[in-house]
Amino acid sequence: MSTIDVSLEVAVLSMRRIGKSFLGVRVLSDVDLDAQAGEVHAVVGENGAGKSTLMKILAGVHAPDSGTISIAGSPVTFRHPLDAQRAGVAIIYQELTLLPERSVAENVFLGREPLRRGLVDRAAMERETSRLLLELGESSFGARDLVGRLSVAQQQVVEIVKALSVDARIIVMDEPTASLAEHEVELLYDLVRRLRERGVAILYISHRMREIFDLSQQVTVLKDGVRVATRATAEVTQGELVSLMVGRELSHYYPPRAGPEETGEVLLSIRGCGNAKLRDIDLELRAGEITGVAGLQGSGRTELAKAVFGAEPFTHGEMTPLRPRSVREAIAAGIGLVTEDRKAEGLALRQSVGDNALLVARAVRRGAAARVRELLDRVRLAPPDPDREVRYLSGGNQQKVVLAKWMTVSPKVLIFDEPTRGVDVGAKAAIHELVRELAREGMAVLMISSELPELIGMSDRILVLREGRLVGELPAGSSEEAIMHLAAAEEAA
Amino acid sequence: MKYAIFVVLALLLAAIAVANPFILEPAGFLAFVKRAAPLVILAAGQYFVIVSGEFDLSVGSLVTVEVVVAARLIDGNEAATWPVLALLIALGLLVGLVNGVVTALLRVPSFITTLGMMLILSGAVFLWTGGAPRGALSQSFRVFGRDTLWAVLITLAVGAAAVLLTRATYGRTLIATGDNERAAALSGVRVARARILAFVISGLAAAIAGIMLGGFAGVSAQVGQGLEFSAITAVVLGGVALGGGRGSVVAAMGGALTLEAMFTLLNLYGISGALEYTVQGVIIVAAVAAGAVQLPRLFITPRKGDAHAS
Amino acid sequence: MSEKVGGRLSLGFRPAQVVFLALLAVVAIGAIVGGGEFLTLETVVGIQQRSAALGIVAVGQTLAILAGSLDLSVAVLISLTSLVAAEIMQTGDVAGGIAAALAVSAVVGLVNGVVITKLKVHAFIATLGMTLVIKGVLDHLYDGPAGRVPDSFQHLGYDRIGPIPVSAMLWACVALACWFVLTRTRMGYQVYAVGGDVEVARLSGVRTDRVVIVTHVLCSLCAGIAGLLLASRLGAGAPTVGTDGGYDLESIAAVVLGGTALAGGKGGVGGTVGGVLLLAVLDSLFNLLEVDSFFKDVVRGVVIVAAVVIYVRRRKS
Repeated sequence: MSTIDVSLEVAVLSMRRIGKSFLGVRVLSDVDLDAQAGEVHAVVGENGAGKSTLMKILAGVHAPDSGTISIAGSPVTFRHPLDAQRAGVAIIYQELTLLPERSVAENVFLGREPLRRGLVDRAAMERETSRLLLELGESSFGARDLVGRLSVAQQQVVEIVKALSVDARIIVMDEPTASLAEHEVELLYDLVRRLRERGVAILYISHRMREIFDLSQQVTVLKDGVRVATRATAEVTQGELVSLMVGRELSHYYPPRAGPEETGEVLLSIRGCGNAKLRDIDLELRAGEITGVAGLQGSGRTELAKAVFGAEPFTHGEMTPLRPRSVREAIAAGIGLVTEDRKAEGLALRQSVGDNALLVARAVRRGAAARVRELLDRVRLAPPDPDREVRYLSGGNQQKVVLAKWMTVSPKVLIFDEPTRGVDVGAKAAIHELVRELAREGMAVLMISSELPELIGMSDRILVLREGRLVGELPAGSSEEAIMHLAAAEEAA
Repeated sequence: MKYAIFVVLALLLAAIAVANPFILEPAGFLAFVKRAAPLVILAAGQYFVIVSGEFDLSVGSLVTVEVVVAARLIDGNEAATWPVLALLIALGLLVGLVNGVVTALLRVPSFITTLGMMLILSGAVFLWTGGAPRGALSQSFRVFGRDTLWAVLITLAVGAAAVLLTRATYGRTLIATGDNERAAALSGVRVARARILAFVISGLAAAIAGIMLGGFAGVSAQVGQGLEFSAITAVVLGGVALGGGRGSVVAAMGGALTLEAMFTLLNLYGISGALEYTVQGVIIVAAVAAGAVQLPRLFITPRKGDAHAS
Repeated sequence: MSEKVGGRLSLGFRPAQVVFLALLAVVAIGAIVGGGEFLTLETVVGIQQRSAALGIVAVGQTLAILAGSLDLSVAVLISLTSLVAAEIMQTGDVAGGIAAALAVSAVVGLVNGVVITKLKVHAFIATLGMTLVIKGVLDHLYDGPAGRVPDSFQHLGYDRIGPIPVSAMLWACVALACWFVLTRTRMGYQVYAVGGDVEVARLSGVRTDRVVIVTHVLCSLCAGIAGLLLASRLGAGAPTVGTDGGYDLESIAAVVLGGTALAGGKGGVGGTVGGVLLLAVLDSLFNLLEVDSFFKDVVRGVVIVAAVVIYVRRRKS
């Protein structure tokens, strides 16, 4: 098929003036997006730009408030993910949706196993799966292997085969390289090219500049729920792209940074530490200082937090006052962690505010019950009612409860992994102020965030993590471009 | 809402009173409590296991073991009463400890652990006594289950201890563990230890219930039969969720009283023995269904993908 | 890879294979200890007889557990169906008795499934409730054995063709049928999917509620068949035949012993057959050694827990 044919065809996918609000907050406004057969269309934008929401609308997970979706020229309405699937849209999520205890073929054909005389035709299933694997040039595993034994990259291939087996014409890949090792990325590149040759339209979501320029023909930039630009990738430079993505106005006022006189002694020092996910980590955290950590998804951000906190400990290297081998050791050494996923890892949702606030204090048997009310006031929980179940609180108030939980034991070092994820704007400012306040009182803060404005607004210095290593340190107030270049770009930086 | 079970209990007691006003008198009510005491105590113990997200199916056979062992060792000898009581308590604690260690450290599902324990206990005790319970309990042993004052006092003491324990540091961290094990562990809670202790408490409760049932019902090989299911039922009736993290021990004990009141009522109205099970079964399923149908709507968790908006 | 880690024998094998290895080992021990006495026709037939009823129930239980559910009501259902069958067969209508027993089973399974999926009651409570309901009805209507099955129907319980009892063949048929459903039909594939991850199954278009309901109907049907078998052995129906045999918890134990994960999604009928046979062979061995029957219970408890400890270890490595 020639390129001319493709460009003359009707776009396989055409999303027009898509709008969506959650709880009155506008997430997408009038977004247009087209995709052509045999084309990789990159969708880029910062956290909160609306990429995920747009893709979930395409997948039938969310219904749009306004706008239309057409596939191959005819309008469609998706009420359920299955509707989208039937229309030929497949999404490959970052968390893979496979059954580890079943074979590759069984996963590929789950829910629509081919029948022969009323019975599942296992041979056909395996044959078809093998054929698709072969077409994709995948020979490292077979149709009969258990999915649970495959690597993440191989599982991604299974997802792609699954998409192809339903004749998906549009495949959305959400940060597909985030959890891949370097050599696996090359394989993914090959795969994407083969999918193009098959005439599949690919929407490729990524932060990584190199991938965008290596793979895509078109690129659409989203910012704050609005489409900023759609360009042919060949006609845009990396610098232009970055400046289209960033440059957002600071959404609110950040508390003033620490002056040099406020930065005190070293409370935690890490020398040459590492584990399976992290290498050669050198890091010093000082009293009164907020150290920011930037990095793309999969760069080891959360792993760093968990390692310092002893939850997924460093296996080698030196750390003072000690290298914790368990969470309890870390807590005893005065280290705390505000986790990224509040609901799964931070709170017992069906327990009261008071019980959650006291969880750490009780676990390590340090009396703080008397101080709970005082602490809830201090974190500005509104209303400061210790008896409410936390699941009824807003994201911001829940995060304040997590903060209170750590403040009961007065840690010397507090790590924040995405401190304001899922938090509304008002509570965001309150949490930022609290973090600064804690630093000012002599705490050392390590703050990991994928929201660059937040990182820049809050940090006294910013470390950049890439592929499990700290690759650079930037001073306070560095630009988003500078951070992005270090974190995303490789040779081009 | 949390104590809705007590409204049901009050209604049942009122219905009993219509047919038999004796229950409204102190003596009548206390007799009712005495009858319910073993189940109330078992429910209190089972509560700790269930709220931590596990099951204890071994309590029924543990009760039988306690009674049979007591009869054989005491064999009518008054002087042996107190040493044997101490031994019975120790036995309950030990069984709970084993259940807890196998479940929490070896990671065997508690359903299997305690089912295995159930087989082991009932097999072992009859192996030891040669097939049928032998010996006899002493008078001073029987007093705990037979004497109303003793029975009520023990129940109150166990109830108070259970309430205090759920309010204490241990209880709060245990419930948090049952609700969200990962969050608890990342807050420094020693999750395995908390669970092991829950099984130990359940074993202790079964020992106490066994001691009382020995006095109340006498020595037989069937004394503990089915009690594990009654105890779990009572706890669930009290609104405690299977899977953990939710419900109060007071309501669990209220569930036991309610179950006993239901038996009494069904007896009074002549639905004796037989159909009372049927009614019980329907009520339990209906009660849990009523609780379950509204829960999922209140408990909205975001889809997996939302937490990773890029 | 993992095959070589640790060096323990069990490590290289799947749980179902571990069970059969254990089975072989026990048979070997029996042959050595008991000499010719262990492998007599009599013992072999005895093992098959003993395991048939539990085997049939356990195969059904496998389906429920694979789908992420479980059924505690099988024991009372066995009693109920034995009575239904015997009462009707008393009139001479064997086919009617069988049909009625199976129909009752199907309805019970349907109710279990609907209560679990539509009313969202935990399977433990739903089937425990069903147990109580049936137990109440049984206790209300019967004091002891009732009904009579004609001699023709008793062939099922006692006859054998060569060394193989008819009851064992029935068990084999049920096991084969369930194995066939699990490995050859869409329903079977979906049972594994639902037990493995309900959400993934639903997103793939599987009607998850229906799958759970169907497995409960099949599980109850198996219990009904076991009830028929026991009625033919007893010559009558009995209100406590199921509970006395401990078929509820023992069937679950046999399934787990056969390597099926209690949480669902992993395992199969083959392992369950091995689990049931292992329990029965152990039983024979103990009979041969004239071990006290209560000691058997102790060993059974230890074996079940130990097996799961091994499986859990393996899964981690």
